Amino acid sequence: MKILVAVKRVVDFNVAIRVKPDGSGVDIGNAKMSLNPFDEIGVEEAVRLKEAGKATEVVVVSVGPAQVQETLRTALAMGADRAILVKHEDYVEPLGVAKVLKEVVTAEKPDIVILGKQAIDDDCNQTGQMLAALLGWPQGTFASKIDLEDSSLTVVREADGGLQTVRLSMPTIVTTDLRLNEPRYASLPNIMKAKKKPCAEMTPADYGVDVKPRLNLIKTEEPLRRQAGVKVSSVSELVVKLKETGAIR
Amino acid sequence: MTVLLIAEHDNESLKEATHKALSAAAKLGGDIHVLVAGYRATAAAGHAAKLTGVTRVLHIDVAELERPLAEPMAANIVALAADYDHIVAPATNNGKNYMPRVAAMLDVMQVSEVSDVKAADTFVRLIYAGYAVQTVQATDAKKVITVGIASFPPARETGNAVVERKEAVADPGLSSYVGETISRSDLPELTSAKVVISGGRGMQSGDNFKMLEAVARKLNAAVGASRAAVDAGFVPNDYQVGQTGKVVAPDLYIAVGISGAIQHLAGMKDSKIIAAINNDQDAPIFQVADFGLVADLFEALPELEKAL
Repeated sequence: MKILVAVKRVVDFNVAIRVKPDGSGVDIGNAKMSLNPFDEIGVEEAVRLKEAGKATEVVVVSVGPAQVQETLRTALAMGADRAILVKHEDYVEPLGVAKVLKEVVTAEKPDIVILGKQAIDDDCNQTGQMLAALLGWPQGTFASKIDLEDSSLTVVREADGGLQTVRLSMPTIVTTDLRLNEPRYASLPNIMKAKKKPCAEMTPADYGVDVKPRLNLIKTEEPLRRQAGVKVSSVSELVVKLKETGAIR
Repeated sequence: MTVLLIAEHDNESLKEATHKALSAAAKLGGDIHVLVAGYRATAAAGHAAKLTGVTRVLHIDVAELERPLAEPMAANIVALAADYDHIVAPATNNGKNYMPRVAAMLDVMQVSEVSDVKAADTFVRLIYAGYAVQTVQATDAKKVITVGIASFPPARETGNAVVERKEAVADPGLSSYVGETISRSDLPELTSAKVVISGGRGMQSGDNFKMLEAVARKLNAAVGASRAAVDAGFVPNDYQVGQTGKVVAPDLYIAVGISGAIQHLAGMKDSKIIAAINNDQDAPIFQVADFGLVADLFEALPELEKAL
């Protein structure tokens, strides 16, 4: 049983990004970069399956610039066995990433591919579903629990208003939601060990994939900011104010 | 030009998310057809026929579609796609699940959770948890779009469209439904409630959410939570309001014990009125609140319940 985990390098969730004054995009400058939180959950789940003796190998893959290697090292330090960096300097849309991943899957033949449900930079929530479509595989999205059986995977999904359980044939795609697990911190010895783990380098062209964007970016703007209102001194004053606005009767 | 809008429904009636996505679809221009794919869903199809501005309802009725699993849903939508320039669905949990699958099957880059429609090919959407707003032009011949439902008003029901039965395509047989645990509540649903009261880490325990529920009952409000409260295990994930949870825009949003991280603000900043109760006077939530009360929530909440 081999597991492939796709990860993305994103601006750390604690960093407040700035919109470039000329509207051409977002200035991430020297912002702290991290492994996308949902992908971190994906790596953790794969490593746990390996530790439980259910998986034999965990491979991590990422599409992005050279610095993505650091992100992959983080995943290796958490316990993944080896990494594949598909190097591309410019932004690759989810459809392009899914096409690259399809070729990686064809070469690697994993039984399960785990992805985060959403990257916290472009907030698209697409790549896992798109990869499933391109491969003709089932998809267990927004997973809060997975249960591996011989020939199928049971996935408890976060749904509107509750949880939904589905059974998927194998091989399959899983995308992670918050409650799937709590990722570990990599220990110092494991960080040192990760430096020696293999990391292959490829390009989209090596896989014959065209990753040219399909969306033209017209402009990027600051959001409209809400103005702070007034402070009230008591619950009764709050109720009076809310009644004045008509928000409550 | 024709738009296919995928309805969100429970086989009996449409969910309001459909009405809101229709308002976005109407801004594209052109005829609008609605797909009601379900099982024993004649009532839902009839409901869709009443939507203002819809000229045709396509009704697919088959047992495998009783619940909208992504694999058969996407297969059925793709089978209809040739006749349409735009395929649109609300960015509900279901829409987020099957629409990117549809997009990839059609070799289209989806535009996710649009907050405005500028032209038939040009859309506005939030990135970085709402820190930035992007306008993008889709160059694919077909457009596949999910609609951020908090950004659009619900369409009305003054129509009388034709309902046409369509045959389902074969289920790809990759997935099956096992069961569900629905959080049953007598309170309104989070994304459609006029009033939402949410708790954060300051609530300290899941048990304390009962205090919020008591206030919610007085206001006929839905109860939500910040990611911190979900992470701490106080409440289930489907309570989560924010970047990676639900986006809401009620008439009144009351944030209790929520500091106001940008990821949370992304999910509620379009609310008409925001009230905040927090014991930290410097909490960022007060920078977006119309009315802020610096107080201990454990004293303020019972008082608020009594005052309503």
